[in-house]
Amino acid sequence: MGQIIADLGGELITLFLSVLGMLPYLALYIGLILFALFVYTQIKHRLSPVQDFTSLKTVTFGDESAVVSNKAASVISVVLIFVIWGAFTGSAWLPKFLHAPGPFLGDARFTYTLETADGETAQAQVAVRVHEAGQKPDAPVVDGNEGLAQNDTLVVQAYRSKLLRWDANDVVTRKDGAKIVAVNATPISRDADVDVGFGRVALTDKGTLNFEPDKGWQMENIWLPAPESVWQRLISVSRDGYQNVTLAEHLSYSLFRVIVGFALGAAVGIPLGYAMGLSNWFRGWFDPIVEFMRPVPPLALIPLVIIWAGIGEQGKIILLFLAALWIMAIGARSGVSGVKISKVHAAYSLGASKRQILRHVIIPNSLPEIFTAARVAMGVCWGTVVAAELVAAEKGVGKMIVSASKFQDTDIVLMGIILIGIIGFGIDMLMRWAEQYLVPWKGKG
Amino acid sequence: MTGLSIQNLSMRFDLPNGGHVQALKDVSLDLKQGELLSVLGPSGCGKTTLLNIVAGFLAPTEGQIVLNGHQVTGPDAERGMVFQQGALFEWMSVRDNVSFGPDMKGMPKAESAEIVDHLLDVVGLQDFKEKMVYELSGGMQQRVALARCLANDPDVILMDEPLGALDALTREKMQSLVLKLWKETGKTIILITHSVEEALLLGERLLVMAPRPGRIHKEYRLPFADMGVGADLREVKKHPDYAPTREEILNMIWNMEEEIMGRTEESA
Repeated sequence: MGQIIADLGGELITLFLSVLGMLPYLALYIGLILFALFVYTQIKHRLSPVQDFTSLKTVTFGDESAVVSNKAASVISVVLIFVIWGAFTGSAWLPKFLHAPGPFLGDARFTYTLETADGETAQAQVAVRVHEAGQKPDAPVVDGNEGLAQNDTLVVQAYRSKLLRWDANDVVTRKDGAKIVAVNATPISRDADVDVGFGRVALTDKGTLNFEPDKGWQMENIWLPAPESVWQRLISVSRDGYQNVTLAEHLSYSLFRVIVGFALGAAVGIPLGYAMGLSNWFRGWFDPIVEFMRPVPPLALIPLVIIWAGIGEQGKIILLFLAALWIMAIGARSGVSGVKISKVHAAYSLGASKRQILRHVIIPNSLPEIFTAARVAMGVCWGTVVAAELVAAEKGVGKMIVSASKFQDTDIVLMGIILIGIIGFGIDMLMRWAEQYLVPWKGKG
Repeated sequence: MTGLSIQNLSMRFDLPNGGHVQALKDVSLDLKQGELLSVLGPSGCGKTTLLNIVAGFLAPTEGQIVLNGHQVTGPDAERGMVFQQGALFEWMSVRDNVSFGPDMKGMPKAESAEIVDHLLDVVGLQDFKEKMVYELSGGMQQRVALARCLANDPDVILMDEPLGALDALTREKMQSLVLKLWKETGKTIILITHSVEEALLLGERLLVMAPRPGRIHKEYRLPFADMGVGADLREVKKHPDYAPTREEILNMIWNMEEEIMGRTEESA
């Protein structure tokens, strides 16, 4: 127990330090937000210097209804995300001056000074050529050199580093006791490095030189691809597919699972909720089951479902069915028990029978609650299907991003995440629209 | 044997802690067909319980209700009820709300449509027939509730503070409407209210109830309801008997409230 506390304490300190490290960036971002606000208000003031009653209103602070989403802020915020994304990935969609400093590319030279065992020194140049990933340039041409040390060449890919066995062509070698004492005339010792302006040169334990070109501020492609490469991936994957499965297929499989799982969950959950809302016996029977199953995250059921039903469609649909079932049952139950007693009384005193009250009062009265539950359930199902596909699937958008991540196809991973977000948002919008269309009386009783 | 007879009604609620509340004790009352009774009393005097028993939502501990010669055993279309607010079906249009009773009885559409049209004319909502009820103002909603109740042609109409949530002006108009409907339809009406003025204006008979246990404290027979039919209610209030009666009842209720407060202070 003490060990656990000590370990967790250590984790906490690490976390705290990394949060501290992020604070300057957070401050910068908040500064950007406030700067944009300042510019926006200045422009707005110039364009329409009206001082109407609304602009003088002071009691908006804390008045929730008076705080509405500022469209300009939303647009700027989204654009800024893309600008930052583009700036730190060297996006071609952005003008060059907005780019963060990129990695060093091209040719440059540094010199090293070697010292032989008997104290003689000699200098040689290293011609470096740094190239982008995927290219195979020729080595740069160097002149011959008189003396103990010969000039060297080095071809390095950006973001990588390379060892320079400087003595491979020199007259004296490490075996003769020669060693490097300086780089660009700066003295260097083992395990130390020297900044040569376009990268760092380090002296290794073995006495060789290790050159690492300057990385700049931009992210490497496999960490964060530029927006345009995600876009191009979207086009190519939707045309040719990924690993012999088209994007449409991935997406339709995921959506199919969500819709079928949700439909089954609703088909069982709603009658279950009605039974629980209308009968003491059913309420007592199912309360412990529902109350126990509800807090179990569906993701925790994935291993069991895989053991029982395998990784095929059945398993996933069972999982989504379970994800939707409890939410729908609880929604229907509270929809039924939430009916105002005066409405039921009114219906009774208008001569309605129990069956008629169920049909004409209780069911319509519970629909808004059921719709709310359906919105939640659809959201949970969508999240669950992606997670289930991450664990085990043959097709589906979750499967697509997890196999892309294994090949470090970060652009596909990113594309998948964006698509998942857009579809989740779209589902919610669709449900809201359906709600407004089908139960316009929601919240108006 | 027409009319409503409330005979030795007692109602006791058991509390979860083992005690009980005597909501009504030995309440008896006879109403002839077409009488308008308003019931007044401080909170906790059991007036809503009384109404719920007459409606058939609650079974009394002792006593019985007899309507037109038969005992009341549960809710029925012969006893319509108008609630304070929020008892309309907001998923239905005004027309469907009003025709709910006839529809449940299985009345042919053509026949019920005639009733709905007539009643919406009476309450002045003909132009709002196709509107959803949540699109109407509070006063209009109560007109719909009245029409919905009348569509069933009940023998007795029970009103549980139907005008309680309305503003003063709307309330006055609705009071006139209630009087008009009472005279035109000849229904027996029991109206529960918190407002002494409303009880005076809308009560041919006025019952003041006392709390703990809920019982009948005093009964009045008043001329104001008859005078008010088709007349300006503000004129009725100028009647020489109006102000003294109002003062008397206000004092009565005031004293009861004082007594309750005193009793709670003593026990505390």
